[in-house]
Parts: sequence; C-alpha cells; structure tokens
Amino acid sequence: MLGYLLRRIFAAVPVMGVVALFVFLLLRLTPGDPAAILAGDNATPERLERIRTSLGLNEPLIVQFITWVNKLLHGDLGTSLISNLPVMKMIGQRVEPSISIALCTIILAVIVAVPLGVIAAWKHGTWIDRFVMGLSVLGFSVPVFVVGYILIQVFAIELRWVPVQGFRSIFNGFGPFFERMVLPTCALSFIYIALIARMTRAAMLDVLGEDYVRTARAKGINEVAVMMRHALRNAAVPVITVIGTGFALLISGVVVTESVFNIPGIGRLTVDAVLARDYPVIQAMILLTSLIYVVVNLLIDVAYTLLDPRIRY
Amino acid sequence: MTNTVLDINNLVVSVGKKPGGPKIIDGISIQVRERETLCLVGESGSGKSVTSLTTMGLLPKGTLVPTSGSIKLVGEELLTATDRRLRQLRATQMAMIFQEPMTALNPVVPVGRQIDEVLRAHTKLDARARKKRILDMMEQVHLPQVERIFASYPHRLSGGQRQRIMIAMALVLEPKLLIADEPTTALDVTTQKQILSLIRELQRDHGTAVLFITHDMGVVAEIADRVAVMRQGRLVEAGPLETVLRNPTMEYTRNLLASVPSLVPRPPREESREPVVLEANDLSKVYKERAFFGKGREVVAADKVTLTLRKGRTLGIVGESGSGKSTVARCIVRLIDPTSGGVRLAGREIAGISRRLLQPHRQKIQIVFQDPYRSLNPRVTVGESIAEGPINYGVAHPDAMKRARELLELVGLPPDAVSRYPHQFSGGQRQRIAIARALALDPDVLVADEAVSALDVSVQAQVLELFDEIQKRLGIAILFITHDLRVAAQICDEVVVMQHGRVVEQGPAAEVLTHPKEAYTRALLDAAPGRDWDFANFRPVAEGVGATA
Repeated sequence: MLGYLLRRIFAAVPVMGVVALFVFLLLRLTPGDPAAILAGDNATPERLERIRTSLGLNEPLIVQFITWVNKLLHGDLGTSLISNLPVMKMIGQRVEPSISIALCTIILAVIVAVPLGVIAAWKHGTWIDRFVMGLSVLGFSVPVFVVGYILIQVFAIELRWVPVQGFRSIFNGFGPFFERMVLPTCALSFIYIALIARMTRAAMLDVLGEDYVRTARAKGINEVAVMMRHALRNAAVPVITVIGTGFALLISGVVVTESVFNIPGIGRLTVDAVLARDYPVIQAMILLTSLIYVVVNLLIDVAYTLLDPRIRY
Repeated sequence: MTNTVLDINNLVVSVGKKPGGPKIIDGISIQVRERETLCLVGESGSGKSVTSLTTMGLLPKGTLVPTSGSIKLVGEELLTATDRRLRQLRATQMAMIFQEPMTALNPVVPVGRQIDEVLRAHTKLDARARKKRILDMMEQVHLPQVERIFASYPHRLSGGQRQRIMIAMALVLEPKLLIADEPTTALDVTTQKQILSLIRELQRDHGTAVLFITHDMGVVAEIADRVAVMRQGRLVEAGPLETVLRNPTMEYTRNLLASVPSLVPRPPREESREPVVLEANDLSKVYKERAFFGKGREVVAADKVTLTLRKGRTLGIVGESGSGKSTVARCIVRLIDPTSGGVRLAGREIAGISRRLLQPHRQKIQIVFQDPYRSLNPRVTVGESIAEGPINYGVAHPDAMKRARELLELVGLPPDAVSRYPHQFSGGQRQRIAIARALALDPDVLVADEAVSALDVSVQAQVLELFDEIQKRLGIAILFITHDLRVAAQICDEVVVMQHGRVVEQGPAAEVLTHPKEAYTRALLDAAPGRDWDFANFRPVAEGVGATA
C-alpha cells in the first residue's frame, strides 16, 4: 500500500511538470512582447524595461524556465501586477473560505444524498423512488444563484436567523463561522445532492441485481444489512468518483456562490485576475487547480483500493 | 419411511399480482424427504429455478407472485409466512447454493466474515465460538489452510473453493433442507465431481434433504435418489432415478434422455486423404503483464501447440477452463496475435503477417462463439449481420442479402428471418444465425468455440446435427473447441486434449476417448458425470456392452 502511494505520488511529478511548462509558456509564447502584455496599453518604455528585467525576459528561454521553477519550488509565485502583493500571500488568504465551503458542501451533500439514493434504489419503482428522482431533477435545473437569493430572502432578510453575507474564519469562533456558512452550503449542495443521489441510486440498482445480494438475502440477514454491508460497499466506487471530482470542482472555485454570498474565495480571485490580466495570479491559479485535481484523483484511487480488494495497481 | 422435509403442493406462480396473468409455474407438487436428493430436471424456462426461489421466498417482489397452492417446510406453511419468519428460517431450516460461485459471494468482504454473518444473524454465540464453528465447517467441506482462506477475499479462491465456501455457508447451521440450483454447472468436470461427492457426504453426515436443480442428465445420474422432470412450468414425470432413466413414461422425458450425447464416440470415419487446410506449428501465446515499475509477470496461455486439420474433417480441442483451448482458437483466427509459432491456412502462412495483408485470408476462416445472446449485434437485423461479411469483401448489397436468405434456409430458419432482429429468436435459433453468418464467406475452416455449450441438450443435439450436415454438404473443415467430452465424442474425428496450455494427448477421437494413454485424459473421462449411463438407450453402459458382446 505504502509502495503504491509512493509510486502514485512519484507519477504525479511529470504531470505537474507538464502543467508548469504550459503555465510558463502561456506568457512567453503568446504573440507579442510579454512585458507589453503585462504592462498594458499605456506603458512607458522605462516601465517595460523594468518589467523585462524583473521577469528576466532578456535571458534565454531555458534559463528563464529554470529560474522560474526554482522560485516556484521555494514558494515564490511572483508578485501581482495589480496589487503588488506576493501571489502566494494573496492565494493564502483566499484558500480558507474556499476549502471551508467546499468541505461543508460535500459533507452535507453526501450525508443527504447517499441515503436518498439508497432508499430510492431499495424502493425502486415506488412513489418514494419517483419523489427522490423528481427532487433530483429540480436540484439539477434550478440555478445556484436562484436558490441562494431565495435562501437569503427567507432566512436572512425575513426571518433574520443568519447574516446575509460574508465570511468569518473558523479560528475566530465556530458560531460566527457556522452562521455565515449555512446558506452558501445549502445553496451550493443542492446540485451536488441531486448528482450524488442519482449516481448512488444507479450504482445501487446495478448492484442489487447481483448474485451476492441474493446470497445475502438467502442467509436470512435483515434488509438494512443487505443494503449497507453488501450492496452499498460494492456500489461505492462510482459514487466516490463523483464525490471526488465534485470536491475538486468545488475547491477550485465557485464564482457564482462566492459572489452571491460575498465570500472572498479563490473563485472570485481567479475571475478578478483574468479580468485584470494579472498574469502571475492566473499562472498560480492554474498550477493550484491542477495540483488539487492531481491530489483529489490520487485520493479517489486510494479510496478504490480500500473499498475493493480486487483493485490493485 | 422417513419424514417429509419439503412438501410443495399444487403450486402456481404467476406474472404480476392480478389473477389471470401468465403462469410460470402451473400446479406442481413435489416432496423431498430427509436424507433424500430430489433432482429437479428441465431445460431453460421450465421453471425449476422459480420453484426453488419461491420456496426460499426470494422471488423478485411484485413481478412473480405465488397465487395458489402451498409450500410446507417440516409442516410449516411458507407462502403465508411473514418476511420476518422467512428470514429466521433461511440458513437455519433451509439454505441455498447457487450456480455461479464466481458472483455469488460478495467480492469486497472476506469469505470468513461472510459465513460469520449467518451465525451472527441467527445465533447468540460469541466471536470465538463462531470462528471455531466456521473453521470446523470449512474443514468439513475439505478446504485447505482454513485459517488463511478464512481471511481471504473471494477473488483469491478458485471456482471450486468458492463453491465449497457457499456450501459451508449454507450448511453451517445444519438446515433441514438444502436447495442446490445448478451448483456445478459453472465448474470444470473434475471440480464438479468433487463438489457432487462433497454434497453427498455432507448429506449423509447431517441427514439433509436436498433439492438439486440441474439440466444435466449426467449429474442427475450421479446424485439423484428421485427425479422430477419439469417442462414449461408443469411437472412432466417423477419417480425413482432408475425408473425414470430406464422406463420413462412420457414422450418428453424420452426425448430429453435421447438427446444426451453419448460418451461412446461415434463410429470413426475412414482416414481422410483430402488436402490439409489448417496447420498450427509450435503455436505459443505468452501474456506479459507489464508493470510500470518493477518486474512484470508472464503467463503462458498456449505452449507449442501443433495440430493439423484436413478438408471435411472435424478436430476437437478439449480441456478444462484455463487449459488454453480458446487461446489457441483465437490465435488461429488471429483475433489475438500468437507470440511465436506458425499457422498455415490453405497453404499460406498467416501467423506473422500484418492485419492488412491478412484481410483477404480472413474469409477463409470463420468463427462461431459460445454465447448466442451476446455475439450478435442486437440493433442490426439478422440479414444485415449475415450480409456484412460478403459486403466487406465487395459483394453487392442485393446479392449479399439474397445469399443471406439462402444461408438461413440452409441452417433451417425461414428466409424471411432476414428482416428480424436477434432478440426475436431463441438461443438455438441465434446460434443457427451465427453459423449462417460464419458460412456467408464460404470459409474453408469453421471454428466453433464452445458453440453448443450454452444450449439446452435437445437444442444442442439439433445444432450438432446441423454442423454435421453442413460439413457433409459443403466439405468444410471444423475446429471444435469444447469442454464437454460427450459433445466431442459425437462430433469429432480427431481430438486434442489440452491442459495448462499444453497438448497432453492427441489422436483419433474413437481412440483417445475410449483408450486414453495419459493420466489426465483418463481423469477427465472418469470425472464426466453419468459416464455409467447410456441415456439414449435407457440403460447403464455396462448392460449395453453385455448385450452387444
């Protein structure tokens, strides 16, 4: 197992290398002078020259790449062209809200969706099944900002149970953190509940037709044990895949939700950087997103091997 | 006489809850007594599995419903029992083992824990007592290294071992009734023999009543005390084993017995001087498992196989699963590429040539696969499926369709079948279609890879006859791959016996299957179920020999 983990981590190195190369070339290979792109339309020649020297653009490409990777490995992602703050620090501030909202959402979604999916499959073809599937269609089709604004209107403005917007770090107390997390989590988890419930139901329906489920019933054990011990664990692989990719999507930014609830997450940071053509930030965001996907995929694969002893790499 | 354990009386099972739905089981009555094995025999769709699932209360809810009659287990009515009561009875009073040991065990739970579940659900024993009992039961089913197997996952075990686990799981609480639904059908003959004698042994020790479901008359002859023959949901005939095999009173039973291919090879045809159409020389296939890091693994699936096939003859490759017989067939047809060795088809070497150069030779060798339910594209009409090959080789569409109609007639189907889809045909009919498809290219060699193994005996007999007739009419050479020695005895001129990728013995069928030289061939013949019975003549083989000698 440990050997497998090490091999997988080792195999991720070339993937990240290719991403780094792409990110590096993104700026250098775009037509025209990178310094001119960075400086914008009304730059003075002195400012252009300063940018060139600061980025080392006068060096050969390969030297530039090595310097850049070297800095990268030391945690230096460059400086934002807009705020003049180190990119590392800018992202650092934004990571906590994003991770918080992603984790809360995925946990809520799993807690609600998996039982819904299991029950729907168990009661396949009955009104319970149709009701759950109806909810799931609703979850897919209502846009997240609509859900978000409705929740704000009802629970924040009318009932005044929670604040309308904003984010507080969990390190400043659980209460304020929780208050501000409830609505965005609910709004965002809607679609994930729909997705995971559907996936769970489909996977369970497949598994319930298997011979070993019949064997389990022939043993005379109760239906709950049949569902949980025999069916769900075998149905888990596709469900885990959806949960994992869903989590990666969430963490790398949910712009709409962040905007609706005014949460300073990395989604909005990315959008702002793209709009302002803040290249160092964009580069850092691409690297970060790729890293998240690589890590999440690794975790999914590890989960597979834990769930299913037949899967060995 | 001893007590009746299972008493099924006038049982009717219908489709759907409404009265008047089609009846899957139509008024059958059977009894199984203590220490007795009742074999429920029938072809697919006869309702034998539905009978067993009804008894266990495991019918799919809402689709199949017992509408009248009664099932009594040691006097207790099962049809009206609550779900809770049925759960209590399962594993304690009645237990079941299934056909596919490969899929009947949960792949993600160690087998010991799967047996443990039975004890935890039905007893109050503590963990240590439970484990002791499980290990004891595993020893009773003759599993080796029980401690190791206890902690193993199913995929680590062979098919025979898994079926032993299933039996241990079924019998650990000493139920009064064991229902065995085709428990040996998916196993090799040598494993089958062991499992059958295991069931016999455990039945003797525990006094269990066994309801044994099978389609295989050979197995019936091995294990049954009494036989009940089913057809289309009705009981055709029932009686003690000897009576049913010797003096079947019903036409259907007679036909069923008469279709069982005999183990005695058919009279040999005279030596052929026709040209050789297919030769394999030292044909080998090695599968290399390449590892990203570290060393790979090698599996030799076929090891220096040499065989010769003449025009108009049938060569059989027989062997158990994993013997490499299908690998050889696939290498010869070049569905997979052989690692080394040669294949000469009509005098031309084809083992090494590229796919593009191979293309003109493909039409000379065609293959018919095992499962007629999966080898035809369900969304393409039968006619288009048959015509596709010739069209690929440049025949005009109308001509190819005309030929498809002729071929369908040749294989005994109406020519208007061309415009229908595969799902509208039965298994046997589909296999005829698959044969027509293979013949559409006028091949010199027809490869039949377990082509009759998935068929009921009566249908099997018809398809075997069809192969014979086609060979006589077209002079085609047939390479017949099978695990069934009975089938091999009836259709092959020569046989090649394979084990672990190697050819063990080779020669005329009449010789190899009556006077085997190698121990393995002998073991295979010994394991063939019902070898003492000459079913088609309603007598034991020994009497037949006595009568003719």
